[in-house]
Amino acid sequence: MSILLRAEGLVAGWQRPATPALDLQVAAGEIVGLAGPNGVGKTTLLAAIAGRARVISGRLAISAGVRLALQTQEAPPVDGLPLSGRELLALTGATTDGLPTWLVERLGSRLDRLSGGQRHYLALWAVLAAPAELVLLDEPTNNLDAAGVLHLGQTLRQRAAAGAGILMVSHDAEFLAATCQRTLLLEASDVV
Amino acid sequence: MWFELFLVPFLTGLLLAIVLPLLGCYLRLRDEWLAALAYAHVAAAGALTGLVVGLPPVAGGMLAAALAGAGKRFAANRLAGGASYALLMLAGWSVAVLLAANQPLAERLAQALFDGQLYFADGRQLALVAGGTLLALCSLRALSGRLLLARLYPDLFRLRGLPLWPVQLGFDLLAAVLLALATMSLGVMATFALLFVSPWLAFRRGRSWRHGLLWAVLGAVLAYSGAFALALLIDQPFGPVLALLLVLLGVAFA
Repeated sequence: MSILLRAEGLVAGWQRPATPALDLQVAAGEIVGLAGPNGVGKTTLLAAIAGRARVISGRLAISAGVRLALQTQEAPPVDGLPLSGRELLALTGATTDGLPTWLVERLGSRLDRLSGGQRHYLALWAVLAAPAELVLLDEPTNNLDAAGVLHLGQTLRQRAAAGAGILMVSHDAEFLAATCQRTLLLEASDVV
Repeated sequence: MWFELFLVPFLTGLLLAIVLPLLGCYLRLRDEWLAALAYAHVAAAGALTGLVVGLPPVAGGMLAAALAGAGKRFAANRLAGGASYALLMLAGWSVAVLLAANQPLAERLAQALFDGQLYFADGRQLALVAGGTLLALCSLRALSGRLLLARLYPDLFRLRGLPLWPVQLGFDLLAAVLLALATMSLGVMATFALLFVSPWLAFRRGRSWRHGLLWAVLGAVLAYSGAFALALLIDQPFGPVLALLLVLLGVAFA
């Protein structure tokens, strides 16, 4: 299995260190979870890997040619915007193959006229199904009902089976246990 | 005779009634609808300055608006939240009024710029607007996906190693130059009305982005055609008639 992402003693932050030092690697076909209490720096870590936050110390390497996709907890600002789900997916190059039927039927509707869960899943799908080898997800199960969580788990496993590496931050311990091959627990002082 | 009197001005305005609402949709997407008033005032000040220093007013207006469009990016961090547009509008208005008050030549042109002078558009102006419209339509088509993406998933540019600044600078320049061109033909407030009202309706009523763009253009073209005919029929200035029709359209369909 080829390594897509390798971090050694990585400390990330915006202005000053906001995460404990972390050793991490994600290989193609692997789903890795990141858990830990609020404020420990899980989101900052994803942001540093995506190039939004700073690498304060340590080493971070992403294999050459690896394309990244990032889902953040900030929802795309679609309120008041006449944009359909189909148009949103086309923007990121996401395929509609594998989309649940309860969303396929709503692809022609404006995003701001969908329920919060439907909108969240489409915004997540626009990232998840876009062309990328390494997918970074931040609390993807937020706002999803049981059917959505189940479908997301299946989709992540299919995506990994197709060769993508997935690094996922979540507070949903049950979902992490059911979906990830391994989960790193971030604590204020170290990584367990 | 009839061609020169009415057809050339009508076609000049019609092209602007097609392209301005499209531009307005993208400005609205970026929460920058105030840009219309800002660039229009800067263009007016530039045109008057051009006249005073011996340049063609159209060149002065477009140059000033283009400089403002490119320049505001350098002060983007200090002038966030639309402040740059408010300051540009105030500066443009002040310079225009001061020039009009102190230069007899500038006074007449200032009146025409703020009220609109569509019925005096000639073949040269039509050619200029046609060129600008064609450039704007091609540019907006090329930039559309990236402008939407920059609004919804700004991180994607960094993740894919694509530079965002050429998209933003290109759009700012396009908006500035097109609005300057429109201000020279339609006047400040008629330009603003075409750029604001039908995109606003389109954002409320559109089923999708494509449908919204269609709504915006149809609404603006209908209001423009009606206003052109009505203003001639009742012998009233075109700009206020257009603005009133668009306001009625907005109230009726919002």
